[in-house]
Amino acid sequence: MSAGHAEQPAAVRLRQLEERVLAAGLATDAELDAVLARLYAEASPLNGARIVARAWSDPGYAGRLLADGNAAAAELGFDTAHAGSGYRLKVVANTAGTHNMIVCTLCSCYPVSLLGPSPSWYKSLAYRSRAVREPREVLAEFGLLLPPDTQIVVWDASAENRYLVLPARPAGTGTLAEEELAALVTRNGLIGTAAA
Amino acid sequence: MTLSPGTRVRARLADPDHHTRLPGYVRGQTGEVVEVAGQWPLPDDRARGITPPRVETVYTVRFPAAGLWGSGTHSVVVDLWESYLEEAG
Repeated sequence: MSAGHAEQPAAVRLRQLEERVLAAGLATDAELDAVLARLYAEASPLNGARIVARAWSDPGYAGRLLADGNAAAAELGFDTAHAGSGYRLKVVANTAGTHNMIVCTLCSCYPVSLLGPSPSWYKSLAYRSRAVREPREVLAEFGLLLPPDTQIVVWDASAENRYLVLPARPAGTGTLAEEELAALVTRNGLIGTAAA
Repeated sequence: MTLSPGTRVRARLADPDHHTRLPGYVRGQTGEVVEVAGQWPLPDDRARGITPPRVETVYTVRFPAAGLWGSGTHSVVVDLWESYLEEAG
């Protein structure tokens, strides 16, 4: 007989942590449930994809996005400045000669509301330690083979400063509408482990 | 201390017993300020329950991979609180 979900070590540890939070009066059960419900209902890479598609379609928006990520995200209804404890959203743009890639070496910081819950590899020790040391090799393992002369910039995030990659608009998409462009953007593209 | 973009800085070698957001791999390394990333409470203070925590300017600092690892052509950019840094001159 397999153990039930509640018997899994991670679930047990999570419940113990929740009980400590409740006992300390830091939050109520209802508040914790509400945070999780909102996370699962609203946090999605579709949000980041909408931001990218708007930037690809509107050079003025792209400029504002790179200058002030929080304000530009708010233009589309995404409140990153006040999500949780709030953070600075910095958007970094891929160009013909530069590729950006996001990591959080000390934990797994990342703009959850715009990218959805983080993939398990993003939290893995292997990714966190290798991304800053040999990003070209790591990207190749993701299937992203960059030209040798492409400059790679790795951004090591913190809770206060979180990053989103603005991929380069794919060739041959000049006639696509914004919604169609958004469908081309993936979560990995927003982290920088895919071209778009 | 206000560091403008382009200023060369060195991450401190400190290895505190408490939580810090100064990653070990940049300690003692020299980089260049890219921009100012705002004013934020010092994680070292928040983690120790010090209230109110010190609020410091955070700098986005770029380190060349060759300096960090002895090889590589990429660069690594880290957001570092002011007290983690000293001017490299």
